[in-house]
Amino acid sequence: MQMDWFPLWLSLRVAFVSTAVAFGVGLWLAYILANWEFRGKEVLDAAVTLPLVLPPTVLGYYLLVLLAGNSPLGKLWESIFGSPLVFTWKAAVVAALLHALPLLVKSARAALETVDRSLERAARNLGASEWRLFWRVTLPLARRSILAAVALAFARSLGDFGVTLMVAGNIPGRTQTVAVAIYDAVESGNTAVARTLVLVISAVALLILTLANRLNPRFR
Amino acid sequence: MINARLRKTFSGRPDSAPFSLELEFQAAAGVTVLFGPSGSGKTLTLDLIAGFMRPDDGRILLDDQILYDGAAGVSLAPQARNCGYVFQDYALFPHMTLRQNLEFAAERRPRLERHRRVNEMLDRFRLGDAAGRRPHEVSGGQRQRCSIARALIGAPKLLLFDEPAQGLDAPLRAEFYEVLRQVRADFKTPMLLVTHNLDECFELGEEMLVLREGRLVQSGAPRKILDQPANLDVARLLGVFNLIPVEIRSLDPGRNSSKVQMGEHEIEGPYFPGHLKGDRVTVCVRPESLTALARNGRPGPNQIHAQFERAVEKPQWMRLEFAGGIAVDLSRSDYERIRDTKDWLIEFPRESLRVL
Repeated sequence: MQMDWFPLWLSLRVAFVSTAVAFGVGLWLAYILANWEFRGKEVLDAAVTLPLVLPPTVLGYYLLVLLAGNSPLGKLWESIFGSPLVFTWKAAVVAALLHALPLLVKSARAALETVDRSLERAARNLGASEWRLFWRVTLPLARRSILAAVALAFARSLGDFGVTLMVAGNIPGRTQTVAVAIYDAVESGNTAVARTLVLVISAVALLILTLANRLNPRFR
Repeated sequence: MINARLRKTFSGRPDSAPFSLELEFQAAAGVTVLFGPSGSGKTLTLDLIAGFMRPDDGRILLDDQILYDGAAGVSLAPQARNCGYVFQDYALFPHMTLRQNLEFAAERRPRLERHRRVNEMLDRFRLGDAAGRRPHEVSGGQRQRCSIARALIGAPKLLLFDEPAQGLDAPLRAEFYEVLRQVRADFKTPMLLVTHNLDECFELGEEMLVLREGRLVQSGAPRKILDQPANLDVARLLGVFNLIPVEIRSLDPGRNSSKVQMGEHEIEGPYFPGHLKGDRVTVCVRPESLTALARNGRPGPNQIHAQFERAVEKPQWMRLEFAGGIAVDLSRSDYERIRDTKDWLIEFPRESLRVL
């Protein structure tokens, strides 16, 4: 059996980058949803959650329309980075992000909202800016739940298939993630490779989810 | 010196009745107690002053600084108001040690001064040994002292206390009163303290504001308010009175006397200014100013015959309850002497009668 480990490393890299982006963007969105009152707040929350329920083909279609070389976003990307986005590993990051972000926003919003409001009032009363309140009080108190959410988002990022296939394609050695490689291996009758990748990716996911559970305050 | 005029309305929702607060008061150095039943707007008043909520209209002046002015559209952020707030559950940051809690509050000061001030507060509030521990690792008294120290460390111009002794056991409560008296003596900061405990008003308050359904119904020294409640509502809120309907039979300003009809008895009282003969009014009489005695022949003046119902044991005294809802408080030794009485008289000392 000729084992090619590239898909595993690519999947881990994609998951890592997309989780990092989801953490930055998601925490910011979660903060807004948890603290601000504005019209359309719940619509925004629903829009962020939407990727959890839509079929991968729908998401893939949206991304292709939005990011293809002839779309405004695609052109912008190309003018900045000098090469198209779709059918590169970066497109796989975008695909994974679509799954990681809703998970992170949902959990982080809930985590931020469960922080005792009187502690936030106390911090303001003691002269803390909103910025300092967030970094010194709210975030440390919600830390464990948010880390659990990050682990969950990472695990989910590892597992995307449909959207990745549509926007990043199946280019061995370039955009072929584990999920896509398994499909490829099964299709071409390469069951040994498929079995190995299935076991490895399951083990990694199990490890991360166990970690996430241990982080969750309820299981402390 | 705090000077506040506040208006805030909450329209009714399916789960809550409409509520409106309309209040004007000022408080100088010392402790001013906001007293009232739950839902009277006491805590809301503190929240409006601290800036956690915004009034619909009004004006809040702290010394010469405008915290809020509805007409001018001024509303300072809570961060800029310089009011120390001691929360009901203390709201100490659970992930920080007591020292870090104080440091957080002093963070805008230069490093050296911050360090000096934190140590000074730890000393003053006897928190030195617990400084390195987190709130859940220290005693209730230490948590309480830490929350007061934290509120004071920024040298606020006003201290706000939201039911600070609520739910404390007796020793902790006594300790808190002691700490607060010390703070009152050492700092010249005016303090507003919310409570629905009457004992606390007397224990701590120089001034007392009685709130009911978002309105100020009476203000003054606690003793004065207890001596002469402004109306039936206040008397009921204070909850320590016999409230007896009577009819005024005669009034004599020259001899400072009056006669009122109480059931079938006629009782003599002091002159009641502003009332007319024939008025039906409620008199309030404090249970401890009445005397209960065994009947021995005809009732004397200002004594009425009463049907004994039961004796209730109180920590410091005995309360005897009679038909018609009249209560008399006696010392335990007085009660022991007459406890076997079958036929009771209640004596109303002339000066004990007050008209509402």
